[in-house]
Amino acid sequence: MLDDFTTRAALAALGVALAAAPLGCFVVWRRMAYFGEATAHAAILGVALSLGLSLPMVPAILVAALVMAGAVTILNGRGHAMDTSLGVLAHSALAAGLVAVALLSPVRIDLTGYLFGDILGVNKSDLAVIWGGMAVILGLLFWRWSALLTATLNPDLARASGIDPRREEFGLTIALAIAVAVAIKVVGVLLIAALLIIPAAAARALTRTPEAMAMLAALLGATSALGGLWVAFVLDTPTGPSIVCVAAVLFVLTTVISALRG
Amino acid sequence: MTDPVNPVISARDLSVRIGGQLVLHDVNVDIAPGEIVTIVGPNGSGKSTFLRALIGAVPLASGRIEKSANLRIGYVPQKLAIDAGLPMTVNRFLSLPRRISAADTRAALARAGAAAFGERQMADLSGGQFQRVLLARALQERPQLLLLDEATQGLDQPGSAAFYTLIEDLRRDIGCAIVMVSHDLHVVMAASDRVICLNGHICCQGTPEIVASAPQYRALFGSGTKGALALYRHEHSHSHDHDHAHDHHEAKH
Repeated sequence: MLDDFTTRAALAALGVALAAAPLGCFVVWRRMAYFGEATAHAAILGVALSLGLSLPMVPAILVAALVMAGAVTILNGRGHAMDTSLGVLAHSALAAGLVAVALLSPVRIDLTGYLFGDILGVNKSDLAVIWGGMAVILGLLFWRWSALLTATLNPDLARASGIDPRREEFGLTIALAIAVAVAIKVVGVLLIAALLIIPAAAARALTRTPEAMAMLAALLGATSALGGLWVAFVLDTPTGPSIVCVAAVLFVLTTVISALRG
Repeated sequence: MTDPVNPVISARDLSVRIGGQLVLHDVNVDIAPGEIVTIVGPNGSGKSTFLRALIGAVPLASGRIEKSANLRIGYVPQKLAIDAGLPMTVNRFLSLPRRISAADTRAALARAGAAAFGERQMADLSGGQFQRVLLARALQERPQLLLLDEATQGLDQPGSAAFYTLIEDLRRDIGCAIVMVSHDLHVVMAASDRVICLNGHICCQGTPEIVASAPQYRALFGSGTKGALALYRHEHSHSHDHDHAHDHHEAKH
């Protein structure tokens, strides 16, 4: 069954969407959208690292994403507004990554696959990495759910309940780095943040509790992944952008439904 | 119950530095079981920092916090901004981080005067309703020590008075010690056993009457508040009427 590239593509898209959407809820709740963007853009630096030093791709991207997260945290304490720091870092990382790939790779390579994903090129080991990463992310969210939510509501409230909010934040950063590292093959650096944020934002309009929002986000994410793949086959369009387009349509739909309900 | 001689919590030679600035220094405080202590002080005097130090949310530059064994603390933060992107019913909020049974949640809401709010979205609550829900959440921990940081911010005066009446009732019924931070001087002080006037260090402390007439207190706040304290005392007896009128008024917003 896994010998069929369309099956592998569907499973890859499904895996990424199912993990990214609930994680994306925290990105929305904590107003980390730009943080997610910066971490995703740092992935291209990881690609450069991997090509230049002949390192395995996924660990290299993980390292780059974590370094970016650390840089954001440090800059944030230095008197710049958060969105300014992130704007500087996100775009610098993308540009530096593209330059570094050109300098470091022995032959000139086509970057489109890294920027927009190459889901039809997913092989069995990619699939194992994606589903492994997904299991880690969902496991972390499930295990730390209440603590993460409390820390998201208010750090002091968390402290008073014996929860260390910085530890929870660090867990989310790790999860985000993993999501970026496993999603790059599916949607590419430029659209990873979309898979985090759009299903979560679409689910917000129709839900009353955080749990319902996370579950609906996962459902909408999975629908976008499979729907986008189908659209790409039918219309012969690029898959990553097609997935994001379906997610955007779902966002419009849930927003309209919510507005009609009053 | 704790031995009444032993404080539930003590600060010993406490100093806190934030961003290189010495915000608190040489603070020594004992809170006795069942005692209501109000901390007053101008903006930036370290009031909130002191409460946050008590719950362990800020690192101490020196000194230490001593708690009685297994002390249960209920904390009501100064402000809690819930992102509009986070759907949260009152009932769900009360079950964070620990699952609380529906019966206990109902009891805590009723105790805090928020019985009708369970299914509402947190984002839809008015300021006064929100404070009551925060209080209900703190009460669920069956606290031996309740910490309230500017709990009446954004409430009008009858609303504040109603809230403090509720606090006094709680102390009577549950017997917990209560430490409140407020700039709402005339209302809050009358409800207190002890007032601590804080400005980086403890300027003066004692019963509300003693503090209100202390020269250190007058130097910080002027003398106008003493009359207001008397005014509050006068109104205190019928503040329950204000309570209901206030809630109706708020529901219209």
